[in-house]
This record gives sequence, C-alpha cells and structure tokens, in this order.
Amino acid sequence: MLTLDVQLTQGSFTLTVSARVEVRVTALVGPSGAGKTTLLEAIAGLRRPARGEIRVGNRVLFSSRDRIDLPPHQRHVGYVPQDVALFPHMNVRRNLLYGTSRNTSMGGGLPLERIAKMLEIEPLIERGVKDLSGGERQRVALARALLSAPDVLLLDEPLAAVDVPLRRRIVPYLRRVRDELGVPLVYVSHDLEEVGMLAEWVVELDCGTVVRSAATSLQA
Amino acid sequence: MNAELLQISLFTVATALAATALMLPPGIALAWTLARRPFPGRALVETVISLPLVVPPVATGLLLLYLFGRRGPLGAALASTGVDVIFTWRAVVIAMAIMGFPLVVRTARAAFEQVDARFEQVAATLGARPLRVFFSISLPLALRGVIAGTVLGFARALGEFGATIMIAGNIPGRTRTLATAIYSYTETGRDAQAAALAAVSIALAFVAVAVSNRLAGPAR
Repeated sequence: MLTLDVQLTQGSFTLTVSARVEVRVTALVGPSGAGKTTLLEAIAGLRRPARGEIRVGNRVLFSSRDRIDLPPHQRHVGYVPQDVALFPHMNVRRNLLYGTSRNTSMGGGLPLERIAKMLEIEPLIERGVKDLSGGERQRVALARALLSAPDVLLLDEPLAAVDVPLRRRIVPYLRRVRDELGVPLVYVSHDLEEVGMLAEWVVELDCGTVVRSAATSLQA
Repeated sequence: MNAELLQISLFTVATALAATALMLPPGIALAWTLARRPFPGRALVETVISLPLVVPPVATGLLLLYLFGRRGPLGAALASTGVDVIFTWRAVVIAMAIMGFPLVVRTARAAFEQVDARFEQVAATLGARPLRVFFSISLPLALRGVIAGTVLGFARALGEFGATIMIAGNIPGRTRTLATAIYSYTETGRDAQAAALAAVSIALAFVAVAVSNRLAGPAR
C-alpha cells in the first residue's frame, strides 16, 4: 500500500530508500542522522526528492519520471512532526477542526466526537494548547491529523517527547488507531521495545540507506 | 487651536492613513515573500526597497516627480484617465507611502521570519491551500510585528517632508501637511503656530512609536 523509491540529497547527505510496505503499522528505526525524518518529510511533500516515486495505494504523490509532485495540501498524508506543532493561537477544538474541511468535503470521514473519545481528549477540547502536558499534546496532534482523513499517517517519534511512563500510556492509543480506524501508520522510533509492541514491519535506516526491511513478530 | 491648524492636522492624519492603506497590501505580500520564498534577485529587491530610508527624501521626491509628472510614464497614464497627481492630495499620499514602505516591509518581514515554518508545513499537510495557510497561520502568528510595522510606517508618513514638498508642494488648504506647515510658519515668523503644530507632531509620533515598540517587543 505504500511504495517508496526515493533519492534525495541535502548537502553532503544522500538518502536512498526503496521499500514496499503492505502492512498497517511500519516502524522506521535507525540512529539519529539516518534520514528517518527526511524520509517522512519527502512523503508528506515538504521535501522534494531528486528522483524516484512515492505512492500510497494507487495514488501517485511523486514521480520524477511522470513529472508528478503533488503539493502537501493535496497529498492526504497526515504528518505529526516530533514537536507536534499544535497551532499556538488556536484552542484544542480549532486545532482539531483545522483539517476537517477536507474531511467533510470528501463525505463521511471521522467525526470529532469519536476520535476525541478514542484518544481520551474530550475534557481538553475547550482548553488552550499552551497548558497541555506532553502526552496530551501528542494525542491532540494525533487526533488533528486523523480528522483530516489521511490515506496514511506519519508520526515522527510520537513517543520521544514524553517520558518513559507516559510512553507506555500512548502506545495503547496508537494501537486503537491501528485496530479501529485502519489508517496505515508509519512512525519513527528509537526504542526497539516500543517497536515490538506496535509495528508489523520494520524498516531500518543507516546513513541514508535501508539496511533492513522485514516483518516483526507481530506480522500476522 | 484655530481652524487652520485643525484642518492641517486632520488632513495630515487622513493622508497618512490613506498612505498606510496603500502600502499595507504590497508591503505585507513582499515581506512574506522575502521571508519565505527565496528568489533570484532577492538581495537587489531588499536594497531597492530600503533606499528611501537613506536617500535624501528630496531626491526620492524628484524621482517621483519624473514618474508622476504629466509626461512621466505613470503620470501620463493616469492623466489619460483624468487623474491628476502632482500638487494634489494624491501626491501627498504617494510620497508618504513610498517613504513609509521600507519600515512596513522590514518590520513585517522580521515578524514572518519569527514564525516557525513547522506550523505552516503542518497546516498544508492538513489540506490547507497556501492562501489559507497565510491567513490562518502565518499572518495571525506574525500579527504583532505586522501591526508594529504598520504603525511605524504610519508614523513615518505623518512626518514626511522632503518628498512631499517636491511632488505635492505646500498649498494651504490643499496639500499642506504638519511638516510643511511648520516649515512655512517658521519662515514667515508665525512661531506660535509652528510650535503648536510641532507639539501635535511630537504627540502623534510619540503615541505611534510607543504602540509599535510595545507590539514589537516580547510578548507579555
């Protein structure tokens, strides 16, 4: 469902990734500087590969051969950066609704109430974003991305910003996204234990190349 | 304050407001472009728009006189539609706008650069088109700086002298502003009136700069 064939150069760093992923949850692992974030940004359309192809299902998001390069707002790719980037001048509700214009215009989509309930952020809805805890910010950002009805969800170290006890509490939320919504998930992680709890496939990067692409024990 | 002084003060404030309205849309657009969209020749554009800050205003006025004179490229085009510029209130507005423009652009540009590009990127991945990203994210987050620049530009317009006297003259009741009036009154020995207008100028400038500093400073 996700086809990646990406060549991208920035400065002296070159990223060369070729991978096909057919599962619901993929973990992207590797040391810092391996190119994990760069790869997510290329999928989201925030960074332009020199050449290659990026496909989600049958939709071509980027193809150097066919000269296709969809802008981010047309990609239907949910992206939660490491710092989650909640809009500071909007409260939680307005953050959550920001991406829903696309959601509703496509008919159906996910209602705010269901997502808020699933991620247990209902009590936060009228709050400002500045006084949320790290775990709350993560969940609100996750909900905001889900409400834009993405074809695939990219999470950059969703668990890095929160401390270890909290991580254990976020994993179940990601599991619910995986099991209840069926939105394919690609997430960056440092923590192999956490990968073992969630991911069905793992892609390991090092110095800009794929060194491993394999099923985990969760793969059915 | 007698009727003449009141008329001059009101005329100056009104033309400065019109000049501010005139410079604001292109000023904000240019500020955002300089901050976010590097283009070839950017350094040249930056230099040219800053020139009115350092070139003698009278020289700028002379250039405007060539441009907007009846035989100048812009003046001829406007004259053919029945619009006279030179020695009218319109010339006052143009002189003020040109002289205030660099302050608007420089201050607003710095404000746009302060906005974390992450917010704009995430908004795009949520499906927002570039124009929506600008109005819902970039502009609100840069608003304090943009208003600060606007107020500075307005204050500069209020005090404009050199370019104004070149293309608008100093016609009582028609193009005479606070600055040009102070000059004429002093020349003709009407020192009390000159002092009164100087006091008005200082008061207006004081309020404008205080507001601008308050907005441009750190958020409290």
